[in-house]
Amino acid sequence: MRPAWSIIVFTTLAGAGQGLFLALFAADLAGRAARHFLFIGSALAALLCLAGLASSFFHLGRPSRSWRSAAMWRTSWLSREVIVLPAFIAVVGTYSAAQLFSLHDWARALGWAAVLLCVALFVCTAMIYACLKFLQEWHSPLTFINFFALGCASGATAAAALAAELQPALLPACTALALALGLIGFLLRAGTFVRNARLHPKSTTQSAIGAHNPRVRQISQGQMGGSYNTREFFHGRSAATVSAVRVAFLVLGFPLPAVLLYAGQPAIAFVVQYAGLLAERWLFFADARHPQNLYYQAVA
Amino acid sequence: MKKQLALVIDLDVCVGCHACVTSCKEWNDQGAAGPLTDQRPYGKDPTGTFFNRVQTFEVGKYPQTQTVHFPKSCLHCEEPPCVPVCPTGASYKRKDDGIVLVDYDKCIGCGYCAWACPYGARELDESQKVMKKCTLCVDRIYDEKLPERDRKPACVLACPTNARLFGDIYDPTSEAAVAIKERGGYELMPEWQTRPAQKYLPRK
Repeated sequence: MRPAWSIIVFTTLAGAGQGLFLALFAADLAGRAARHFLFIGSALAALLCLAGLASSFFHLGRPSRSWRSAAMWRTSWLSREVIVLPAFIAVVGTYSAAQLFSLHDWARALGWAAVLLCVALFVCTAMIYACLKFLQEWHSPLTFINFFALGCASGATAAAALAAELQPALLPACTALALALGLIGFLLRAGTFVRNARLHPKSTTQSAIGAHNPRVRQISQGQMGGSYNTREFFHGRSAATVSAVRVAFLVLGFPLPAVLLYAGQPAIAFVVQYAGLLAERWLFFADARHPQNLYYQAVA
Repeated sequence: MKKQLALVIDLDVCVGCHACVTSCKEWNDQGAAGPLTDQRPYGKDPTGTFFNRVQTFEVGKYPQTQTVHFPKSCLHCEEPPCVPVCPTGASYKRKDDGIVLVDYDKCIGCGYCAWACPYGARELDESQKVMKKCTLCVDRIYDEKLPERDRKPACVLACPTNARLFGDIYDPTSEAAVAIKERGGYELMPEWQTRPAQKYLPRK
C-alpha cells in the first residue's frame, strides 16, 4: 500500500495524545499529580488529537462532505472512529477544564469516561485496518495491540517531558513508565515485522484470474500510463529505502529515546521517538501487500 | 424472486480488442455516471479513470503457452466488502437487482472502499475526487426509450466476439445463468468469500 502521510500523521499524533491522557489519568488516580500538571497535560493531549483530526482531513477527496461520514456507524469502523475521536477530544478537554477549576468529582467521572473513549478510539482506528481480511499484514490482533502499545509509549514519553517542566518530582516515575511501555511496544512491533515477513499470501496470480497452470505471467495490464490502481496500492520505493526506514524505526523507535530518557532529556526523547513512529506507520502501509496488485504486475 | 444482474466473461473467445473498454468509457463519460475524467490525455504520462480494463496474461511454459485476454471490471459481489466499510453510505448494493453503485453526491473520496476491494475494481476520479466503478450501465439497461435489444451494458453491445454475456444469474433460463452452468463459470479469488456475481468461463 502507498503510505498516506495524512493518516500517518493523524494516527501517530492521536496515539500520542491518547497515551498522554492515559499516563496523566494514571498519575491522577495515584494521587501524586499536581493540578497544573493534569490541567496543562490533558489540554495538550486534546490538542494532539485535534491536530491529528485536522491531518485526517487531508486524506479526503471531498473534505467539505466529511460531516456525512458519521452515518454508517452500524457497519463501518471508519464511521465509528469519526464519532469517537471528537467525543474523546471533547471529554478530555472538559476533564482539563475540571482540573483547572478543581472540580475533583467531575474530573474523576470525566476521566473514566475519557479512558473508555480512549480505548474505544484505539479499537476503531486499529479495526479500520484489521477488518480488511485480505490485507493479511493488517488482519491480526497485533494491529490493535501495536497501535495501543506504541500510542501508550509515545504518550508516556510526552508525560515525562511535561513532568520535567511542570512537576519534576514525577519525572522518575514517568521516565520509568515511558521506558517500560516503550520497550513493550518496540518488541511487539519488531515481532510483527517477523510475522509479516513470514506470511504466505492467500491470493495468487492463479486465483486472481482462475488459471490452474502454475506458470502465469502478466503481459499487459491494459494501460500504459498507470492508474489509481498503480498509484494507491504500491509504495513505489526500492527495497533499500524500505530497509532504511525499518532501520530508522528500530533505532529511533526505542533505543535512542531510551538513552535520551535515561540521560534526562525526555522532550528530545519524545521528538526522536515520534520520528521513529512516523517511520513505523510508514512501514505499516508499505509492508501491506494488497491482492489487487496481482493484476498490476507488468505494464506491457 | 431475488435478482442479481451480472456479466459473464467468456475467456475462450475474448480476443483482447479493448472495444469494451472504449465503449464503456464513451458511454460512461457522459450521462448519469459521467464525467469519467482523464489527466494529461495528450501529455507525456497520460492517465485516467476507467470502469473496465482488458489485461493480458501468458499461461503455461513456452512453447505450450496460451495468451489469455482478461477483461476486468467490478464483479458486483453478493457479499461486497466495499459496501459495509463506507462511512457515508455512498457505496451501496441495490436490493432489487444486486448492482453495486457509488452515490457520487455522498462520496467523500476517502478511498476506504477501494482498499476493501481485493480486485482493484474501484478507481478514484482525480478530477472529481470521488470513487468510480462499473455501474453495469444502470442508466441504459432500464431505459425504455431505447429499443429492447440495446438495453444492455455498453461493453456487451460493443463486443465483436460475444465474449460478454449479461443477465440475471438467479434466473436459470437467462443466457448468463445457462452459460455459468454449462460452461463451469468460476469466481475470481474465491478465497475471500466475496461471492462475485460476475463469473468467468474457462478456456476449453
